[in-house]
Amino acid sequence: MATEPAATTDLTNDDGVRRRDWIHIAALSTAGVGAASVLLPLISQMSPSADVLAASSTDIDVSAIQPGQAIKASFRKQPLFVRRLTPAEVEEANKVDVASLRDPQTLADRTKPGHEDMLITMGVCTHLGCVPLGAAEGESKGDFGGYFCPCHGSHYDTAARIRKGPAPKNLVVPDYEFKSDTVVRVG
Amino acid sequence: MSFAWAKQYEPQTAVTKWLDEKLPLPRLVYNAVGAGYPVPRNLNYMWNFGVLAGFFLVVQIVTGVVLAMHYAANGLVAFATVEHIMRDVNYGWMLRYAHANGASFFFIVIYMHIFRGFFYSSYKAPREMIWLLGVVIFLLMMATAFMGYVLPWGQMSFWGAQVITGLFSAIPLVGEPLQVWLLGGFAPDNAALNRFFSLHFLLPFVIAGVVILHIWALHIPGSSNPTGVEVKQESDTVPFHPYYTAKDGFGLGVVLILFMTMVFFLPNALGHPDNYIEANPLSTPAHIVPEWYFWPFYAILRAFTGDLTIPFTGITLIPAKLLGVIAMFGSILLWFILPWLDKSPVRSGHYRPLFRKFFWFGLIPCMIALFICGGAPAEEPYVIISQIATAYYFLHFLVILPIVSQIEVPKPLPFSITDAVLGGDKPGSTSGGGAIPPESVVEGLPGTATDGSLQPAE
Amino acid sequence: MTIRLGGIIAGLGITLVLLFWSLLPGAYNLAFGPKPEQQPSYAFYEHGHGPKGGFSFDGPFGRWDYAQLQRGYQVYKEVCAGCHSLKFVAFRNLQQLGYTENEVAAEAATWTIPSIDPTTGDKVENPGKPTDAFPPVYYAGQGVPPDLSLITKARHDGSNYVYDLMLGYGEPDPAKAAKVGFEVPDGLYFNKHFPNVTIAMPAPLSDGQVTFADGSPNTTADMAKDVAAFLTWTAEPSLIQRKQTGWFVIGFLLFATTLAFLSYKQIWAGVKPKKR
Repeated sequence: MATEPAATTDLTNDDGVRRRDWIHIAALSTAGVGAASVLLPLISQMSPSADVLAASSTDIDVSAIQPGQAIKASFRKQPLFVRRLTPAEVEEANKVDVASLRDPQTLADRTKPGHEDMLITMGVCTHLGCVPLGAAEGESKGDFGGYFCPCHGSHYDTAARIRKGPAPKNLVVPDYEFKSDTVVRVG
Repeated sequence: MSFAWAKQYEPQTAVTKWLDEKLPLPRLVYNAVGAGYPVPRNLNYMWNFGVLAGFFLVVQIVTGVVLAMHYAANGLVAFATVEHIMRDVNYGWMLRYAHANGASFFFIVIYMHIFRGFFYSSYKAPREMIWLLGVVIFLLMMATAFMGYVLPWGQMSFWGAQVITGLFSAIPLVGEPLQVWLLGGFAPDNAALNRFFSLHFLLPFVIAGVVILHIWALHIPGSSNPTGVEVKQESDTVPFHPYYTAKDGFGLGVVLILFMTMVFFLPNALGHPDNYIEANPLSTPAHIVPEWYFWPFYAILRAFTGDLTIPFTGITLIPAKLLGVIAMFGSILLWFILPWLDKSPVRSGHYRPLFRKFFWFGLIPCMIALFICGGAPAEEPYVIISQIATAYYFLHFLVILPIVSQIEVPKPLPFSITDAVLGGDKPGSTSGGGAIPPESVVEGLPGTATDGSLQPAE
Repeated sequence: MTIRLGGIIAGLGITLVLLFWSLLPGAYNLAFGPKPEQQPSYAFYEHGHGPKGGFSFDGPFGRWDYAQLQRGYQVYKEVCAGCHSLKFVAFRNLQQLGYTENEVAAEAATWTIPSIDPTTGDKVENPGKPTDAFPPVYYAGQGVPPDLSLITKARHDGSNYVYDLMLGYGEPDPAKAAKVGFEVPDGLYFNKHFPNVTIAMPAPLSDGQVTFADGSPNTTADMAKDVAAFLTWTAEPSLIQRKQTGWFVIGFLLFATTLAFLSYKQIWAGVKPKKR
């Protein structure tokens, strides 16, 4: 019976009421924090796993690529175009008035110093993600001698900059570095 | 349904008013697990396990769906994808351990829920349908758990699939084609693994559907309670919310502490080391055991060591293997007729002296013995113990229960739940109770119209 | 009534079948039948107890001993790797043992990974990259030595099992062996900590076999402990992270459950406590 007067007090006494509310609010908010933290593993598990992240840098040997040639490599499960430009192509790229471009960038912005003839870009059209033509022998290089995306007709120039068609941006240049004169680490 | 004094849902805002007219979902929740569901005020902690079982169903579905994003049901890579989850997927080890131990905890709470039903005869009229649906849920859980255990494609997975599908080969005539059909081959392989994965993903949602029916059926008579006396008046009940939501919240916290202790500190304690060895069709583990929650039934399966023959003629009527299979399935299927086997008009074991003795000193030791024998190798003394326990198991439900319910003289029941709570059956202690007026004590006799217990069916 | 009558008949029937066709024959056999043959090797099995003082990662507050894991890796590389693969572990995982990225790349390059040259189609062996898993081992002898990635989880009390197994070699007691008629079969080796005491693997470790750069002791027991620790890590790299997360989770739940209890008691305070 000891609880009974206490119960009555709880109902009438202001302090009692406040204490009751405080405990329920604390309990409920703690439960809320717990439920929210359960979301962390549930959401995080969908991010790339450790093996995917570890495989996200690729070493490419570029020594065998002749001027005018390109190879398709794979970087993060996406095509990567590695192209050694001919002097004529470099000149053509440098000739363009940068201000007139949709996505203004010079060739030097898109290559590494000392390796201005090595153009390394993702082979993913910035429009809707098709793989442009032009990297392999005999494929159409489009109106500007670079790459041509057949899906919706985007033309890229010799510096892989968008010149014509619906694509909004130049072909993306990934992060990379020359580990030596012949080996490039992408990513 | 529900009692006349149940609170009615009143939408407070314009939005909830609008929703209540178009799709009264808040009203449904309010009536199902909210303030609109009056529940006996005397439920003890054994009544926590229903909500907990629902919680673990959700845990299993959520972790399972997430694991399925990384798993591949192919014999070549299944084991490796599980290791991929354990090593490379963000929090993958946590999710997999939660799923594996979640299955164990699901069974722990379900067994508590079932044995609460046994002791308090929750299966009796008017709650037979709740009980029957519960047995269906349990059978679905067993199928789901078995198929889930196959998926990691370890040695126990493989040989478990082999042995359990082998049970069906005991069936005369169609048995062996049936096993081949179940496996989609002559031994467990990609076909079996793929269909088990598909069904393992599907069945939990079927379980969820039957759970909804189970709860629906529950809301027609309302919850049972430890006295077994039906609700008679408003003072017998409290609204589910906040009274039992708070109590279930506390119970959930306690069980979560145990669950998380297993997940983070003993994650493999309930599993078998052999399942970390990749499946090998050419090598059988020394000692095949199912997961612990199947041990009692596995013991019943193995208890039958001799063919049923006609003595001195050499004619075999039923081979031992088939006897074991019949007994194992029978041991659960007999729960379907339990409401009609136990005829006692009194529900609660507290008021049934003889029944209570058989429960605590018969059924419980028998289940413990079966549990131990099921996990032990098929050697003496386990075989003989499992045979005695199996015999008792069937005698208990099929023979003892019907006879006890016939001859037992139950203890006097309290007039009502309120009386039981307020100690109304003890003279001198009827005072108090605050707002609830003390009731007069009526020593009801079982079977009389006023005792609130089950009316005789026949 | 029919259900109950049927139930009683069925129950008695099952009991009779069990009693007369399974239990009594079994009991008769147990009492008067031939005793079950016991493998003579059973007499020689001894249960090991792991290293004295246990491992650093034991218990709820365990921690990795990174120097020990690195030594264990060296033992694996110089001794075990000849026959046992480690296929679920990648070289990049070694960074967790305290090696730097460059050290891991250099270490990976000391291993050869079988592969196929895409231009010539020839089988070639390339130096390992950090992203590669440990290479498979083609074992020329009989049987296939188990992959060790998960070995400490695939055996009861696995860390101690690996340690004990390394130290269980020797010769059976000749007097006892003669008495029960036990002989170690040709091509197998006696090991008192292996379940049937004869194992196909010859004693892999001997005192001083591996020289550690830091001059750590290299008796058989020391190396066994190091390699058992390393194989515990390979089986469960997240072991320590798991336990640490566990403390955080349990602490939070204790707090939350206390609040839930107080809230529950407050809500029920107005209702009389129940008797049953």
